[in-house]
Amino acid sequence: MTDALNERSPRSLLECMMLIRAFEEKNAALQAAGKGPGTCTSVGQEASAVGVVRALEPRDRILTNHRSAGHLLARGADPGRMMAEIAGKSTGYCKGKSGTLHISASDLGVILTSTIVGGSLSLATGVGLSLSMQGGGAIVACFFGDGAACEGIFHESLNLAAVWKLPVLYVCENNQWQAFVRRRETMLIDRLSTRAQAYGMEGRSVDGNDVEAVFGAASQAIARIRETSQPFLLETYTYRMRGHYEPDDQSYVDPVELASWKAKDPIQTTRRRLLEQRAVSEADIDAMQARVQQRIEQAVAFAVDSSYPSADEVATDVYS
Amino acid sequence: MAKINVSQAIGEALAEEMRRDSRVVMFGEGVATKRRDLVQEFGDKRVRNTPLAEGIIAGTAAGAAATGLRPVIDLLFAPFICFSMEELINSAGKLRYISGGQFSFPLVTIAMTGCGWTVGAQHNHNIEAWFVHSPGIKVVMPSTAADFKGLLKAAIRDDNPVMFFIDMPLLFADGEVPAGDHVAPIGQAATRREGTDVTLISYAKMVHTCLSAAETLGGEGISAEVLDLRSLKPFDEAAVLASVRKTGRVVVVHEASRTCGVGAEIAATVAEKAFDALKGRIIRVTGPDAPAPSSYALEQAFIPQQGSIVEAARSLVGR
Repeated sequence: MTDALNERSPRSLLECMMLIRAFEEKNAALQAAGKGPGTCTSVGQEASAVGVVRALEPRDRILTNHRSAGHLLARGADPGRMMAEIAGKSTGYCKGKSGTLHISASDLGVILTSTIVGGSLSLATGVGLSLSMQGGGAIVACFFGDGAACEGIFHESLNLAAVWKLPVLYVCENNQWQAFVRRRETMLIDRLSTRAQAYGMEGRSVDGNDVEAVFGAASQAIARIRETSQPFLLETYTYRMRGHYEPDDQSYVDPVELASWKAKDPIQTTRRRLLEQRAVSEADIDAMQARVQQRIEQAVAFAVDSSYPSADEVATDVYS
Repeated sequence: MAKINVSQAIGEALAEEMRRDSRVVMFGEGVATKRRDLVQEFGDKRVRNTPLAEGIIAGTAAGAAATGLRPVIDLLFAPFICFSMEELINSAGKLRYISGGQFSFPLVTIAMTGCGWTVGAQHNHNIEAWFVHSPGIKVVMPSTAADFKGLLKAAIRDDNPVMFFIDMPLLFADGEVPAGDHVAPIGQAATRREGTDVTLISYAKMVHTCLSAAETLGGEGISAEVLDLRSLKPFDEAAVLASVRKTGRVVVVHEASRTCGVGAEIAATVAEKAFDALKGRIIRVTGPDAPAPSSYALEQAFIPQQGSIVEAARSLVGR
């Protein structure tokens, strides 16, 4: 984890985004081939995950949701143990008891993953309370989507965190889709960060497809939280480029809208920029791609070779 | 032994456990306002008021419990827990299992319920069976001052989420409470009266009604045993079966509505595991499948009465 967190160079951010994309596309391909379960991919949202997670420190905690692969991989999770978990194998991060929807990895500080929309919002204040009472300056980053921002718990969570001065970085990954409903059908505002003011906290929106902009905004927000002991609402304005889950043909998506966001693909954008700046060469990118592919192939092999949990595990881990 | 009321017993348990373990914190609607003694002794970081927002109270407790604190939350009246079901059921009850055992949730949820104060159905709803049916959660519902103290202390020390239901009219009932660090283990029933002809199985306020019924039955030469479950999940199956094997006759009594109530589970367990010992059918005496009323007269009609319990026991012994 420490190695991953220390890697904040633009090229390492790019390689991490490439790893996430390859991981998600591999899962989609496995599903399509009848070899894996459906997953909720974060394709299109890689910059948001990498930019925020890499701005955190090892002592910080992360709460994520059903679209978690980006957050986990950016934190340094092992793609093999993630693939194994998705496949329901005993070598997965949750011994095969989570599956794809709620992977936690407490040794990485990725905790209490809930697939209930708004679940992370309800737990973040408690984690913030623990961190605040322990002292030490750690914060918790709570990832949720624009859909969760429509839940009543969004209000309850942000209000309490502000009142109790809890060190919570609320990260709304506004990906424009709430399952099969366009965000614009569910709210009249366009920038969710404007809601921060209503709770007496600071808020900011950032281009969620620009990894360096996200990293910068998250770093500043995190510094503000540590400095003021107040929560912060950061909105990463982005787009869900694949369907709600696999398979989903996105027949309900306006092709013009989809094309316009594909033109802003966070990986292609970063790649072009780094090439223009001569921060990387084509050969560097080829080498990155080869490394990523190798890691994904190894991950799949690990998951395939792993065994399922034994049947007597069905009712263990219910009580402490 | 000292004679104190249930409310005082709860206060003692909270203070003793907060003194014993600095990870214990308490928050909820009016907690810091009502429990000034705790604020004074433990400070306003550990004893807090919250907004009137049961979802985030329970969610905060679950998140805090999984990361090193041991929260006790007061949600006031049991029906308000409907706003907290996501956090209690989906998070506190399931995230240990889902994560393959990575987290534990040492948290206690306190709520009042039960007929007697004529508060009506949105302040009084015996929903204990909902939680008995939900994995990962424990449920206790005491009947005496000693158990309110002892079971609350045990609940706070437990590493699992515990629902702690207070049968409202018991709140100012006096009782003897043992001195010192009195802890009552979760999962153990208590025999409140020994008997040989019939077992009255109950919990919370109804235990006292069963004791009155047993007194009446005694006058008729029918020896009734009264078993107080105290803990509904886990419930003391061994104690239930042992008593049934002794008497061979069972009346299960609770105020909660009948269908799929705790009594159904007790009856099914007895039928499944002690059928050979039964000398007759199993009878349930329960509240009706209706919301709790607020009119005093209707409330009394809702609560199982001594007479119905006596009649049930009589019918089992053939009188």
